[in-house]
Amino acid sequence: MTVESFEGNNFYEDDRMKEIYTNEKFKVLDECIEKNKLKPGPLMPTLQDAQRIFGCVSEEIQEYISKALNESYSKISGVVSFYTMFSTKPRGKHIVGVCTGTACYVKGSQKLVDKVCEILKTPYGQTTKDGLFTIAPTRCLGDCGKAPVVMIDEDQYGHVTVDQIEKILKKYK
Amino acid sequence: MNLTELEKIKSDTLETVGNKFDKDLRGHDKEVRVVLRNCDLIDPENINEYIARDGYFSLNKVLTKLTSKEVIDIVKESGLRGRGGGGFSTGTKWQFALNNESEQKYLICNADEGDPGAFMDRSVLEKDPHVIIEGMAIAAYAIGAKYGYIYVRAEYPLAAKRMQIAINSARKNGLLGQNILETDFNFDIDIRLGAGAFVCGEETALISSIEGDRGMSRNKPPFPAEKGLWQKPTIINNVETLANIPQIINNGAKWFRGYGTDKSPGTKVFALAGKVKNSGLIEVPMGITLGEIINEIGGGMAKKQRKFKAVLTGGPSGGCLTEKDLNASVDFDTLIELGSMMGSGGMIVLDDHNCMVDIAKFYLDFIVDESCGKCTPCREGTMHMYNLLDKITSGQAELKDLEKLEELARLVKKASLCGLGQTAPNPVLSTLNNFRDEYVAHIVDKKCESSVCKDLINKYEITNSCIGCRICAKKCPTNCIGGELKGLHVINQDECIKCGTCFEVCPVDAIITEGVLN
Repeated sequence: MTVESFEGNNFYEDDRMKEIYTNEKFKVLDECIEKNKLKPGPLMPTLQDAQRIFGCVSEEIQEYISKALNESYSKISGVVSFYTMFSTKPRGKHIVGVCTGTACYVKGSQKLVDKVCEILKTPYGQTTKDGLFTIAPTRCLGDCGKAPVVMIDEDQYGHVTVDQIEKILKKYK
Repeated sequence: MNLTELEKIKSDTLETVGNKFDKDLRGHDKEVRVVLRNCDLIDPENINEYIARDGYFSLNKVLTKLTSKEVIDIVKESGLRGRGGGGFSTGTKWQFALNNESEQKYLICNADEGDPGAFMDRSVLEKDPHVIIEGMAIAAYAIGAKYGYIYVRAEYPLAAKRMQIAINSARKNGLLGQNILETDFNFDIDIRLGAGAFVCGEETALISSIEGDRGMSRNKPPFPAEKGLWQKPTIINNVETLANIPQIINNGAKWFRGYGTDKSPGTKVFALAGKVKNSGLIEVPMGITLGEIINEIGGGMAKKQRKFKAVLTGGPSGGCLTEKDLNASVDFDTLIELGSMMGSGGMIVLDDHNCMVDIAKFYLDFIVDESCGKCTPCREGTMHMYNLLDKITSGQAELKDLEKLEELARLVKKASLCGLGQTAPNPVLSTLNNFRDEYVAHIVDKKCESSVCKDLINKYEITNSCIGCRICAKKCPTNCIGGELKGLHVINQDECIKCGTCFEVCPVDAIITEGVLN
């Protein structure tokens, strides 16, 4: 990696971090933690809340939760790294998921994945430079009758062809 | 809420909805709707419509007329077997939990439907959530649990939302919480969301996940029925299993045994997908033949000129069934005898444009990614198996690699800790068993007959059967296909990037490939 691109990345992340760590968001998280503390096994629900609120569970947020729930940081870090739904880096505004389940695979979903990466000029699993899209590795979305399936945020599209994908993505730009 | 009020809601609702419930939603005469009986018929967010379809009457019967033992006896007598894949007797499982005395027991509904290619649980969760609540309440009464969890995978946000609405309205109506249906039975349910880990469908890993740990499997024994969630006796049942319970109670074990075979009674929901004409969810009595499912209900191949090659059942834990098995009975034991398994009911139909080595590699890739990493055979073994398959599909393998692959498969199967690893080699063993020639062709002739493995394709060519429809020419990303409308098309080999798009879109399969060795 060249120095230039490294700096570029850093800049972009710092900039987005300011938007991410707002006091209001921590207030919402506090409320969730209070509620979750009443349940047995509060860690998973809390991490899910944090992921929803901040769009990521970064090291800082993990540390915050560690103190609030009185759990070791190493345990929290272990849990976060285990599940694919938790990301330590901020995710894009829209999450693009091309289903890679068996039914979609036999109907050519790999081509859709390649096309999405090509259109967004971003590798699989990463976020576009403008922070608009994250190409999220996606397991079976459970709509195999409509294979291949693409999910953007909570909207699902069935029988998607390589030609249609650009049009679909445009809706979110 | 009590019986009189249930009956009043039922008759009032039936009056208002008119003939809404009379529709026959079956796509084929051979289908029977037991688990799916309410799906697409009732409004899933309206508890009254569920009650109008005899909902919560079974729970009332159980709470007012039957003892725990009697409930378990009915379920045992019905012969219901776990629909999540294992096929273990549900009644016997409940008996274990009942026998284990403890002041706290848990009931978990496993809605972590991870098998890529199965979506029946999602359908029930989204379209008939109350049947799960009722089934769970009955199960909880039978084993003596006061608290239940529904573990829904994170990929199903709508299912979780509908389930929450259903739980709230059940609580409001006195069907969950304290003194359910004015009896002294207390039971409540909480939803827990998964976070994208396939292994969490394995019961001990699911328990770890609810407890807030990495979703890793544990040694069995002790079985969850003995020491499960927070070390208390726990029963984990699949969505479809629980959805059968209210009807078994309502109509009796004998009625249930009226469907299916002696050892696999009842119906099973299958998710028919892949290269079949009619894809979607079907519910059929067990014992139906594979041919009936694929050719009659499924309507045969989606593209007429293609040949049926195999059907994948059981997902990453199962295997493939081929033409010779089309007359086989679809039930738990027969499928295992044939080297596959029922699994949760995914059925992916493949035609002659699917490469079996590639499919085995696809499943292994999935397993490598989803292995929890706790035990070595599964963590390392599956990765080496994947590497060997990758060698085969890229034309780098030798025949002795095939032996290595088989040996490794047997080792992973025997030595892995949990169901995920123990069944992970099944797709490889099953495809090797049925399509050994294809593996050998990849290795010796460096040829992929289905034209899937890109590294083994030297060039694409258009044959005389071309009808000149221009579809391939329009779709070609490098515009290297020439030819008039209705005339023979030709590929300009210098510009072709071998992406295979023309091969896929050709409506008459006029495009063939040439291997690297010719």
